[in-house]
Amino acid sequence: MFGLDRKDTRLLILVAILTMAAPFLLNPFPEGSAMAQFNAGYPDLMQRFVIFGIFAIGFNILFGLTGYLSFGHAAFLGVGSYAAIWMMKLLTMNVIPAIFMGVIFGGLFAVIVGYISLRRSGIYFSILTLAFAQMSFALAYSVLTPITGGETGLQPKTNDPRILDGTLADGATPKANIFGLEMSSSFELPLGSWLFTFNTGYYLAAFVMLASFYVAIRIFRSPFGMMLRAVKSNQQRMTYTGLNPRPYTLAAFVISGMYAGLAGGLMVAMDTQVGPERMFWTASGEVVLMTILGGVGTLIGPVLGAGAIKYMENIISKINSDILHTWFAFLPDGLEDLVVTLIYPFIGKGWHLTLGIIFMLVVIFLPGGLVEGGQRIAKLFSRKKADDNTSDVAKAPAE
Amino acid sequence: MGILEVKDVGKRFGGLQALSDVNLSVKENTCHAIIGPNGAGKSTLLNCLIGKLIPDSGSVMFDGQSVLGRAPHEINQMGISRVFQTPEIFGDLSVMENMMIPIFAKRDGNFELNAIGSVFGNKDVVEAAEAMLEEMNMADKRHMHAAAMSRGDKRRLEIGMCLSQQPRLLLLDEPTAGMARADTNNTIDLLREIKEERDITIAIIEHDMHVVFSLADRITVLAQGTPLVEDEPEKIKGNPKVREAYLGESA
Repeated sequence: MFGLDRKDTRLLILVAILTMAAPFLLNPFPEGSAMAQFNAGYPDLMQRFVIFGIFAIGFNILFGLTGYLSFGHAAFLGVGSYAAIWMMKLLTMNVIPAIFMGVIFGGLFAVIVGYISLRRSGIYFSILTLAFAQMSFALAYSVLTPITGGETGLQPKTNDPRILDGTLADGATPKANIFGLEMSSSFELPLGSWLFTFNTGYYLAAFVMLASFYVAIRIFRSPFGMMLRAVKSNQQRMTYTGLNPRPYTLAAFVISGMYAGLAGGLMVAMDTQVGPERMFWTASGEVVLMTILGGVGTLIGPVLGAGAIKYMENIISKINSDILHTWFAFLPDGLEDLVVTLIYPFIGKGWHLTLGIIFMLVVIFLPGGLVEGGQRIAKLFSRKKADDNTSDVAKAPAE
Repeated sequence: MGILEVKDVGKRFGGLQALSDVNLSVKENTCHAIIGPNGAGKSTLLNCLIGKLIPDSGSVMFDGQSVLGRAPHEINQMGISRVFQTPEIFGDLSVMENMMIPIFAKRDGNFELNAIGSVFGNKDVVEAAEAMLEEMNMADKRHMHAAAMSRGDKRRLEIGMCLSQQPRLLLLDEPTAGMARADTNNTIDLLREIKEERDITIAIIEHDMHVVFSLADRITVLAQGTPLVEDEPEKIKGNPKVREAYLGESA
């Protein structure tokens, strides 16, 4: 279906179901229950899941296929965001032009950065991209203040030109919308003690992510994708086979820059503000972590990695010592305090510590990331079946 | 006029004159061997032919066109394929994919942004790759990880990848270096088959006399960066100058 083989179609359908049903799936605990704080089914976080999913899918096209580790991808995310916010200031609060221009500018900036950085490979390439990203951050922070708003960043103002929109009513604030439907509008469905929220912005972002995911599958399975894997495998053989690796890597770089720009545009569509910190090097590092945590070079891995990291960032960081004390209230007093003291460094602001430990465990024991973990579990369950079937390895690829 | 004409080629690395006044003419549809003792400049010469090095002087013409100053991938697109001393294949890819890449390169040129169609949707490429795997007796290994194969199989695959592009000139750089006797003989048989069944010119750089004398129609002996003699194998064997340069003895 859709020009994909059976296995890829199944994966796409699975991702479609997961994203569409996310408001249910991420809210398994009833409102007001002790576990409710582990619910992730609120619009703000769900939007972040899919947007960073897009960012990581794009990054994986470069890093997973060609092996070129960019350490400056947040720059394209930032450029996309600035382009999007300017569309909102100049043209219209409709998010379509904003997202579109985010993609275009992310791609254009990637052409420049890629053209220069791809002259080197390995660690030198990574350092060049890092340098570019940090320069972009510094420029946005200070020199380019008239364009970027400097430290404070940019938001749509009531007195912006917005040539396509009519004048705002008195006292109204400009709100991001898609043909009049506001991004922040939600439909709430109370079911028993559960409350499910269906948010316009989330569904827009989810559809865009599905489309991005589909395009990524096509790229992975295409001759172009195969050439990118050839770049990673053996550039020497590639050149002596009559192929020029440079345009291949540049194309991959630009495509992943466009994905980053798309993610940046969507971020602005969901939350209409930009600041230079979006381009800071930690943001570039985060997408590397997401991809490695989920599984480099796999289709679904980056999405899982993005979800896992954003979940930890938002949920674990919210746990505080009071919550810990209620959890461990059943223990004798002295022991309770001890347990809480031991766990405390890993929660709240210490969530990075938890992330770091999980990251180390994954890299050491599951070099293929969460995807490898999933495959191992699946193998455990299907071992009995596999005995009567012929082994998977010898299976011919569907055409 | 040969398909490959090397004229007065010289190359210097600092104080070392690696090549001087190299003249070489490889006739079409022959197997031409270049032999010589260590340090004779064989590899330097080969690197000048495939664009890895640019000679300081002289010219290298392939089929009437100069190869000098062209990038390796452009030279390949002109019809020269190279087999390396240690097999250079795409280790992370399957054997089938390894075979398809050169066919795509031959069909689409050095860059083609074909990012939406499926690899296996290109029936012509799939068929050509399958036929070549069949010819190399590797059809049963098509789904194998290329890196997991034995050295001899990697060599076969690499030669197959080069042949799948239907090159006019096949350059082999010590194709049997470090191989066991049996693998060496298999490789010789394979190359002999290729020579007989295809319209192809082969230039081979080799250390192993057994390989050279079983394959070559003509031999050039290189010593200290310059050709000593060029002749038929039978005559090279008895040439006292060659014995002296090659074996380092005046027996």
